[in-house]
Amino acid sequence: MKYVALNDLHASLGAKMIEFAGYNMPVLYTNLIQEHLAVRNSVGVFDVSHMGEFMLKGDKALDLIQSVTSNDASKLFDGKVQYSCLPNDDGGIVDDLLVYRYSETEYYLVVNASNIEKDWNWITKHNTFGVEMVNMSDGMSLLAVQGPNAIKALQKLTAVTLSEMEYYTFKMGEMAGIKDVIISNTGYTGAGGFELYCDNKDVRKLWDAVFEAGKEFNIIPVGLGARDTLRLEKGLCLYGHDINDTTSPIEAGLGWITKFTKTFTKSDYHKAIKENGPTKKLVGFEMVERGGIPRQHHIIKDAAGNAIGEVTSGTQSPSLNKAIGMGYVKTEFSKVDSEIFIEIREKQVKAKVVKIPFL
Amino acid sequence: MNFPENLLYTKDHEWIRIEGDTAFIGITDFAQHELGDIVYVDISSKGKTIKQHDVFGTVEAVKTVSDLFMPISGDVLEVNPKLDTAPELVNNDAYGDGWMIKASIANKSEVDGLLKVDAYKALINA
Repeated sequence: MKYVALNDLHASLGAKMIEFAGYNMPVLYTNLIQEHLAVRNSVGVFDVSHMGEFMLKGDKALDLIQSVTSNDASKLFDGKVQYSCLPNDDGGIVDDLLVYRYSETEYYLVVNASNIEKDWNWITKHNTFGVEMVNMSDGMSLLAVQGPNAIKALQKLTAVTLSEMEYYTFKMGEMAGIKDVIISNTGYTGAGGFELYCDNKDVRKLWDAVFEAGKEFNIIPVGLGARDTLRLEKGLCLYGHDINDTTSPIEAGLGWITKFTKTFTKSDYHKAIKENGPTKKLVGFEMVERGGIPRQHHIIKDAAGNAIGEVTSGTQSPSLNKAIGMGYVKTEFSKVDSEIFIEIREKQVKAKVVKIPFL
Repeated sequence: MNFPENLLYTKDHEWIRIEGDTAFIGITDFAQHELGDIVYVDISSKGKTIKQHDVFGTVEAVKTVSDLFMPISGDVLEVNPKLDTAPELVNNDAYGDGWMIKASIANKSEVDGLLKVDAYKALINA
């Protein structure tokens, strides 16, 4: 088991810790719905230091990134972030990730904790470009300060004008007296806010400063449980649930990060899926009847009882106060308002396809 | 956390209150706290005879699903009708309005094997 730098702090705050992706992580501090709503309505802090960070450096760094990712990284400029994925050789996805352009010859990739080793090996295998790669994951901490009041709290701690930073951009700057914090206008909650990357040795100081600055907004620590419900309300994919080694980004609704202005791993295959139309699609749905909460691997059926797909994520939505989910269905059932049935404990419970994000 | 002395308990974190020939059954304060916000209670066993330790229903929190186990053998006589629209009663009043089923007692000797409050508290280190 691996431990984040603030492991003991989370334990002392009374967090329920679970193993996630090989790390001992806080899944809950006090109450999931309170944590969820704190982020939606004010501000909360996630320690997501388990996430992986790779630095790619060299004249051919962009060439390597273009060859292994689906999005067009040539559109990036210094200080710009891009959501992308790493397609595999079988038409699926190795991982989804963020690509940060620090300079023309220096990029950072932020990957899922569960896939650090897989991604590293995958990119290394394709590094025929002589790009220098550094796995910074073990030395870096990441705090996601999320919610509509995050910007007001964080502005007290830095001279960087946060309101001038566009969504999906970052700056390296001083924050809370710590030099070279990566201040990134990104997140996984759809609630606004920033993600802050720093050295492990500085993260306690940053955490304390953020909580002091957020006191007037009733800032609280938030666990991975609420992170999942927050991202799901916004229809954001979670690797291992909504996307995996077998799903095409086109089927997953990630056509917007799959650009055929360049070639990449299996790009012809995904282009054909896009042109011919996928046979299955990831959709959002909400339960129409009561009968339980949809969960990953529940079977989706049509009115006649034929299996037409599978749930990939589901929850009771704390903001909407109804049961929602995402899953793959045959394309003919993917239109908004299509009637589908989720098999929960051997009962067929009526649901309907809705547009995502849910909120 | 609250563990009334007049109840009996199981290692699966159900409580049982004996009233003559019948028993009221629910989950403990510890169980509801561990589960978190309960959003759905699924008990479709009304009218069925269920053996001790078998499943009589399911409770769903936001992130978790947990089976409910019969503390004793018996028939499920009633299901708390309030839980269908107000599952949060299990969180807010685990031993009162959050009761789950009323059951008959098929075998009185099973009652003797249930945990008394001190034994249950010891089990959960309360």
